[in-house]
Amino acid sequence: MEPILIAEAAINGILLGGVLALLALGLNLIFGVVDIIWIAYVELVMLGMYAVYWLVTAYAWPLPLAALAAVALVTVLGLLVHLLIIAPILSSPPVNQLLATGGLLFFLQSFATFLWATDHRSLRLALPILEVFGMFLSFARLLAFAVSLLAMLGLYLFLTRTYMGTAIRAVSQDREAMALMGADARKVYLVTSGIGGAMAGLAGALLIIQYSVHPHFGAAFGPLTFMICVLGGLGNMFGAVVASLLMSEVISVGGIITSTEMAYVVAFVIFIVAIFVRPEGILGKRE
Amino acid sequence: MLSVQNVSKTFGGFRALQGVSFEVREGEFVGLIGPNGSGKTTLFNCISGALGPSGGSIRFRGEEIAGLTPDAICHRGIARTFQIPRPFRKLSILENVALAAHFGHMTREPDAVARSRAKDVLRLVGLPADGEARPGLLGAAGLKKLELARALATGPKLLLADETLGGLDLEEIRQAADTLRRIRDEMGITIIWVEHIMATLMRVVDRVVVLDHGEKIAEGAPRAMAEDPKVIEAYLGEKIALG
Repeated sequence: MEPILIAEAAINGILLGGVLALLALGLNLIFGVVDIIWIAYVELVMLGMYAVYWLVTAYAWPLPLAALAAVALVTVLGLLVHLLIIAPILSSPPVNQLLATGGLLFFLQSFATFLWATDHRSLRLALPILEVFGMFLSFARLLAFAVSLLAMLGLYLFLTRTYMGTAIRAVSQDREAMALMGADARKVYLVTSGIGGAMAGLAGALLIIQYSVHPHFGAAFGPLTFMICVLGGLGNMFGAVVASLLMSEVISVGGIITSTEMAYVVAFVIFIVAIFVRPEGILGKRE
Repeated sequence: MLSVQNVSKTFGGFRALQGVSFEVREGEFVGLIGPNGSGKTTLFNCISGALGPSGGSIRFRGEEIAGLTPDAICHRGIARTFQIPRPFRKLSILENVALAAHFGHMTREPDAVARSRAKDVLRLVGLPADGEARPGLLGAAGLKKLELARALATGPKLLLADETLGGLDLEEIRQAADTLRRIRDEMGITIIWVEHIMATLMRVVDRVVVLDHGEKIAEGAPRAMAEDPKVIEAYLGEKIALG
């Protein structure tokens, strides 16, 4: 195995990790605040990918504009998921909540199959491959990574510098106390779900420039995203970023040394072992 | 100002409150006492909106508030502190209080106003008002002060203070009681105070309401209450020292 190939895989791993981190942060944010796991989260990403795909191929929209439209669309979907599915079952037992968002997953998968069949669709963009120190790096991946970083920075600033963002962090620690201080929990939930939707839409736009979309797209990225969230400690934002990079490195470097399938096996074994050793997540605190 | 009429609260078959009625006038400092499990905190939860009462009426400044959400009640001017302090530990002390100042008012306060109000309140209760210090640095007394500061930052007209003195030493208790009295005297905030340290409570409040097994058993001036046979019996014959 040539070292240059491993270096290339390592860099690709970091680039993939950026988009995975975006997904994990969106899911984690919703879990931390609303205390519900959106099983169908990556299905929203899939819809964002389809949105960009159709706007660009069928309606000839420029890619950046289609990406913005996808973010807006999935933000609205995030709000609707909260209002129509989550809000009515907020105080139900967790298993019912899992069943409801799990049901949404199958609904979205089937509906996408019904509308667009199971074809794998890709944008076939003619984005350049850059040669850096003998390594070949895809411009699409670099772009996706850079945009992910910007989005994460934006989220960080929102959560730390604004009152609504601070209230979101506060609600994730003690929702009752926050309500007694005058913040409307329903509004905080709605804003959080909208942000979660926006992150999913953006991730969709960044993934469609690298991967083809099909109704079962979530089958690959869904479990990976949940694994990253649990590994980083559910609700722990920094842990999600670290776990994303760790997992994407294992998949990317492992994939080049063995095979992609084997790399996924290794990644899940690491996950299982890590959860045995530290059930609260690698960066989680013991309660 | 506050009129509690015939309020009851049941949890399953357990009656935590039964037909409790009392009035609080504007500017009054009322002590709410009773043995453990007598319903004091449940009553606070009903007034602040954390729990909806099962029956009865709670009127605040002429408006029915029973069953409103906690944030709506907060905006009408009622704030509470918790028996066990519940700061947002991952936020700074200033952020904790500024959040309350921002969200606690009917119209959202702009940042500068919320921050300066938060700093004023922190100084009033005797906590450092600058920097990024986290609540984790505070001891029991400091956490109680932070709890009080968050409640005051929402700009309340009525403060429900729940066992503000638990876990404090004698000097801290004296200071905390003085702070509450100053809040009433200087800021004109009406206070209902739940406190187990009877001597301190009896010394500063105007009037005492006594609960036992979810019912009001007595109400009156502190000295009269300390000698009331029903009150003494509720406390299993413990002598209530007036300090």
